[in-house]
Amino acid sequence: MILGDTYCYTGGKAFDASLPTVVFIHGAQNDHSVWALQTRYIAHHGFGVLAVDLPGHGRSKGPALTTVEAMATWLLGVLDAAGVVHAVLAGHSMGSLVALEAAYQAPARVTALALIGTTYPMKVADALLATARDDEPRAIDMVNLWSHSTIAHKPSAPAPGFYVMNGARRLMQRMSAINPDQLFFTDFSACNNYANGAAAAASVTCPTLFLFGTKDAMTPARSTKTLTEAIPHGQVVMADAGHDLMAEGPDAVLDALLALIKAN
Amino acid sequence: MRPILSPDESIMSGPSYPGFDTLALHAGAAPDPATGARATPVYFTSSFAFKSSDDAAALFNMERSGHVYSRISNPTNAVLEERIAALEGGVAGIATASGMAAMHLGLATIAGAGSHIVSSRALYGGSHNLLAYTLKRFGIETTFVDGRDIDAWRAAIRPNTKALFGETLGNPGLDVLDVPTVAALAHEQQLPLMLDSTFTTPYLLRPFEHGADLVFHSATKFLCGHGTAIGGLLVDGGTFDWQAAHDATGRFDELCTPYDGFHGMVFAEESTVAPFALRARREGLRDFGAAMSPHNAFAILQGIETLGLRMDRHVANTRRVIDFLLRHPAVDAVAYPELDTHPDYALAKTLLPKGCGAVFTFNLKGDRAAGRRFVDALSVFSHLANVGDARSLVIHPASTTHFRVPTKQLAASGITEGTMRLSVGLEDAGDLIDDLARALKAAMKGVS
Repeated sequence: MILGDTYCYTGGKAFDASLPTVVFIHGAQNDHSVWALQTRYIAHHGFGVLAVDLPGHGRSKGPALTTVEAMATWLLGVLDAAGVVHAVLAGHSMGSLVALEAAYQAPARVTALALIGTTYPMKVADALLATARDDEPRAIDMVNLWSHSTIAHKPSAPAPGFYVMNGARRLMQRMSAINPDQLFFTDFSACNNYANGAAAAASVTCPTLFLFGTKDAMTPARSTKTLTEAIPHGQVVMADAGHDLMAEGPDAVLDALLALIKAN
Repeated sequence: MRPILSPDESIMSGPSYPGFDTLALHAGAAPDPATGARATPVYFTSSFAFKSSDDAAALFNMERSGHVYSRISNPTNAVLEERIAALEGGVAGIATASGMAAMHLGLATIAGAGSHIVSSRALYGGSHNLLAYTLKRFGIETTFVDGRDIDAWRAAIRPNTKALFGETLGNPGLDVLDVPTVAALAHEQQLPLMLDSTFTTPYLLRPFEHGADLVFHSATKFLCGHGTAIGGLLVDGGTFDWQAAHDATGRFDELCTPYDGFHGMVFAEESTVAPFALRARREGLRDFGAAMSPHNAFAILQGIETLGLRMDRHVANTRRVIDFLLRHPAVDAVAYPELDTHPDYALAKTLLPKGCGAVFTFNLKGDRAAGRRFVDALSVFSHLANVGDARSLVIHPASTTHFRVPTKQLAASGITEGTMRLSVGLEDAGDLIDDLARALKAAMKGVS
């Protein structure tokens, strides 16, 4: 679905704003397609799905936004354009910060939060930040290697026969080709500079799901106490996966999301 | 005590991808979750039980990943598919009943009646037949060009062209395709480059690193490596931006507009990088049905586990055999791109530094009868119509594949009455050379 300059994948069904809506927000250097094995199921089981491409990513026109706050404000504008008043927000990595900040900016509109592969502060190592600025292809490979826990995914994503490690790499490379203006550095800088996470978390009253990968080397669960302690009612679910949870543990992510959205 | 490895070898800086041989053994395979079996089990089953009616619907509609029916996917085949994708640097593999089935699946996924292909004419005969005659019957036309003439490639492209096509090492003269140059032209014209990489395997050449977008193999050959299973593998590099090409040219509706045959799916929206592989499996395997048996997938997996080791030995033996043939008075000419007499010598040094494979031709002095005496005198080389076996193979085109072809027409195909095609195996090189020496002596009896 096209909303002005914004593309939203709707799960293979026409979007119906009268249904309960689930919004999916991807992470750095990614697009909507990382949610393939969650969005399609949810859209075919009674929910409206909006899996956005953030500005400058995938099919949404740029430039890329430089702060998490701006991304959250933009996201709320997308909900307005789609005619959505209330929604469950599910975000991965950088997208989890966008979801959190959107809940802070418009708490009455967010019925539940799913924070997947999250942490706060989301500090990016100086060496990785510099590599993203100076050598984006190398930064892509570093993040790709740190985001995956195996070279044998069963039954693989989005379907058997797909090699997850190379699919994730190609997607990040494609984002570079579409938006050559140091997209990865821009996204990482937004994560690195986001300073409102503690205040945002303290304001959250809606049901919240924390979904962590037991083998996540990018945002290990032990690094997220600031968030989990600030949202004590949040439910923590662990999946046998690395940082790329949606591909490495697609059913676990889907089942946890279903439990959240069906309850809310 | 000196360390076994120097510090440079033992300490890697930063994360790195597994090496070729590690991927050849492990990519796509983990101990079987049900039994712990370490080798990949053969899942010899046509179908897979659903957990519930909701699970069934979700699998059919690509809402969840999993297996439904072995024509479309099978756990043993999936290991092979993921492994070849890993080795090639691609995003997905599809196992097919044969190499020809892989070629057909690749082309039929993006081409239909009214489409056009541009192909190098340096092709395996079966591939030429499919393009020149069979696909033409279904409305897909092919223009054949001199693979070394980039202007000819360019001139042949039409508005309805869907792909450029070639072999990494072409038949019969081992023409080395200038992959970077042809790929650059393809991309300039918003077209994918599809390559048959059977003779090189990903060990000698990884075409995606040089600009190719789709690769297929007759896995029967070096990937299986033991002359046992027939199979093909099609690999999507995930490199070609089908949506951008569709936006610019209107081509590739197959991937970028709703497909009535699969719930109105727009494959390029489902997967940003692999819509080709999605449609090839969801349409082509489903409807054409040329799936690989899991038994064959197992045999090919066994072969791939030692691909690197075997290819090194294949190439080393080939170099020894060629060195012998070049010195033999009964041999007129040897065609191998590592020789400075080959037209692609310089290109081969750039693209194929590990070697130019183990299949080549040489011309024996004398007539067809001399050729027959040569073949009949061989005892280690097997006379048969295949390549890429662990055993050494030979075929004499003038008395087999081309036996009805008059001598003058043979010459037009680059073949003489004494042309021999060898596929050098893994035996001891000395035994191969002794075998060839005996046969060359027999061939020369009666030749003045």
